[in-house]
Amino acid sequence: MSTTNQGSSAAPAPAVDEALPDLDTGRSGGRALRNNAATVLVWLAFLIALIPLVWILWIVVSKGWHSVASMTWWQKDQSGALPPGFDTNIRGARHAIVGTVEIGLITSLIAIPIAVMTAIYLVEYGRSGGRTNARIARVVSFMVDILSGIPSIVAALFVFAVWVTTLQQQLVPICVALALTMLMIPVVTRSTEEMLKLVPNELREASYALGVPKWKTVVRVVLPTAISGIITGALLGLARVLGETAPWLFLTTYFQYLTYNPAASAGIASLPTLIYNQSGNISSPISADRVWGGALTLILLVLAINLLGRLIGRLTRVKR
Amino acid sequence: MSSITGVSVGDGLSDPSDGPDPGAGASTGTTGDRVFGGLAMGAGLLVVVVVALVGIFLLAQAIPAIGKDQINFLTSREWNAAGQRFGIAQLLWTTVVSSVVALLLAVPFSVGIALFLTHYAPAWLSRIGAVLIDLLAAVPSIVYGIWGIYVVAPKFTHVQNFLQDWLGWIPLFKAVPGVTGGATILMVSVVLAVMILPIITALSREVFAQTPVTHKEGALALGATRWEMIRTAVLPFGRPGVISASMLGLGRALGETVAVLFILTALPGGQRFTASLMNGGATFASQIAGDAPENQNNADAMGALIAAGLVLFILTFIVNAIARVIVERRREFSE
Repeated sequence: MSTTNQGSSAAPAPAVDEALPDLDTGRSGGRALRNNAATVLVWLAFLIALIPLVWILWIVVSKGWHSVASMTWWQKDQSGALPPGFDTNIRGARHAIVGTVEIGLITSLIAIPIAVMTAIYLVEYGRSGGRTNARIARVVSFMVDILSGIPSIVAALFVFAVWVTTLQQQLVPICVALALTMLMIPVVTRSTEEMLKLVPNELREASYALGVPKWKTVVRVVLPTAISGIITGALLGLARVLGETAPWLFLTTYFQYLTYNPAASAGIASLPTLIYNQSGNISSPISADRVWGGALTLILLVLAINLLGRLIGRLTRVKR
Repeated sequence: MSSITGVSVGDGLSDPSDGPDPGAGASTGTTGDRVFGGLAMGAGLLVVVVVALVGIFLLAQAIPAIGKDQINFLTSREWNAAGQRFGIAQLLWTTVVSSVVALLLAVPFSVGIALFLTHYAPAWLSRIGAVLIDLLAAVPSIVYGIWGIYVVAPKFTHVQNFLQDWLGWIPLFKAVPGVTGGATILMVSVVLAVMILPIITALSREVFAQTPVTHKEGALALGATRWEMIRTAVLPFGRPGVISASMLGLGRALGETVAVLFILTALPGGQRFTASLMNGGATFASQIAGDAPENQNNADAMGALIAAGLVLFILTFIVNAIARVIVERRREFSE
C-alpha cells in the first residue's frame, strides 16, 4: 500500500511533462540554474558578512581579555603612568569607564525628556491636533531626520562654535554631553514615536469617554502602555552615542586621573579617548594592552546596554 | 450648585436628577492640556531650532573664515588651516569617492543578506543572523579604526599590490608613489562598507518583509521559481526602501570620523592630483578631527575647520533629504 501511495504522489509531475511537452513547468535548465545560483549567492553574502564580525570580535577578545580580566583594570586609573617604553604596568581604566558612563548619564538626562516630548508631540498632537499642529509636526519630523543624519564631528563643531567662539567659555566635559545629546535625540524620538503609534486608539478613546483630559490620558494611559518600548529605545540610543569618539577628541582633553567632575576644565577620560591616546604607541606592548583592553571594555559596555534594552523590551512587550 | 442646600458634592451623586451635574465644577484640564501641549510642542520646536542653529552658526563663522582664505576655497587642493591657505577640492574628492565606493561594496551584500534573512534562511538562523548583523552595528567606530589599521591593513597590502600589478592600467587602481601599506582610500572604503552594512541590511530587511503576501503568492502561482518570485515581487516592492536605506548609509559614511582618521595616510602638501583609489588623503571629518586639538586657541584655524564642517553638513543634509523624499513618496504610493 505504502509504496503505491508514494508512487502515485510522485507520479503526476513527470506525467504532465510528457503530456504537455510545450508547456514550461518551471524545470528548464536555465531557470533552475539561475534559481540555484541566486540561492548560493545569497548564502555567500551572509557568510562573507560574518567574516569581519568574527574577525573583529576575535581580535579584540584575544588581545584585550587579559587586560580586562585583571582587577586592577577596573580599580585603578592611569596615574603614575610613565612615558611609553618606560612603563611596565598596564594600570587601570577606571577613570575612562567612569567618564564614559557619567557623560552618558548626563546625555540621557538631557536627551530622553526632549526626545520623548517630541515624539508625544508628533504622535499625540501632530496626528489629531488640527491642521496647524499637523503642519508643524511635519516640519519637526523632517528636522528629526536631518538631525539623525548630522555627523558627530559636525555636532562637535557646532557645540564648539556656540560654547567657545560665541560664548567665550572654556571647554568642559559637559560640552561632550551636549554634542552627544544632539546625536541621541533623533534615535530616541524615532523609537518612542514607533512605540506610541503601537498604543491602541481604543485606550485613548476609553480614557476620553471617562472625561479624562488629554494630557492626563497621555501621561497616565499612553506612556505607561508604551514604557517598555520607550526604555528599550532610550537604551539603544545611549549604546549608540557611547561608541562615538569625535566629540570627545574635539571637545575635551584626555585626563589620565580619575575624576567625577563633569565641569573640570582639565578634561575627563573616556574609553574612546583612552584608546586614541594609547594607540600612538601601540608598538609598545603595554600601550597595546591598554588599547585592546579599552576596545574590549567599550564593546562590553555598549553590548551590555544594548542587551539590557532588548531584554526589557522582550520581557515587558505591549501585548496587543 | 448643591452647596445652597448645604449638602456636599458627594451626596448629590446618589440622585443625579435633582439639581445640576455635580461634576460640572470639576477641572476640565484645559490648563493642564495647555501646559502639556505647550511642552510637547516646545520640545519639537527645540529640535527645529537646533538644526536651524547648526546651519546658522556654521554659516556665520564660515563666511568670515572663507573671506580670510588666501586661496580659492572651492577649487584649491591645498589644506593648511593654521596658515590660512585652505581649499576643499581634495577633501571633497576623498570624502565622496571613499563613501561611494563603500556604498557600491556594501549595497549588494546588504540586499543579499536582507533577502537571506527574509526569504532563504530557516526561522532559527534568520533570528540569529539578524542579531549577529545588529552586533556588527554595535561595534564602536574607533574599534573599526584600530582593527582596520593594525590588523587588516598589513594583510590588505597584498590585495592592493595585486590590484596595482594587474589592473594598474585602470586609473582607479594606479599605484601612487609614496603611499605604501594598506592605508589607502580603497582600504577606508572597505572598512566603511563593513560599518554601513548593518544599517542598510536592517532597513532593507524591514521593507522586504513587508512585501504583500498576495504579490509573492501570485508570482509563485504563475510558476515562478523562488528567485523569479523575488525578482518580480520582492525587489520591485523594496526598491525605494533599499535606495533610501543606501542614502542613509551614504550619509553615515560621509561623516565617519575616527575610523578614517586612523586608517588614511595624510598626504604631503603639493602632491599632484590622481584619480587612484590607492592614494592617501583625508576626508572632511578626519581632517577636522585631526586638526582640531592643536588649533583650539587659533580662531582663524578653527574658522577654516568650521567652513569645512559646513560643507560636510550641506553634503549630508542633501543626502538625507533625498532619502527622506524617497520614503515619503513611497508612503504616498503604498497608502
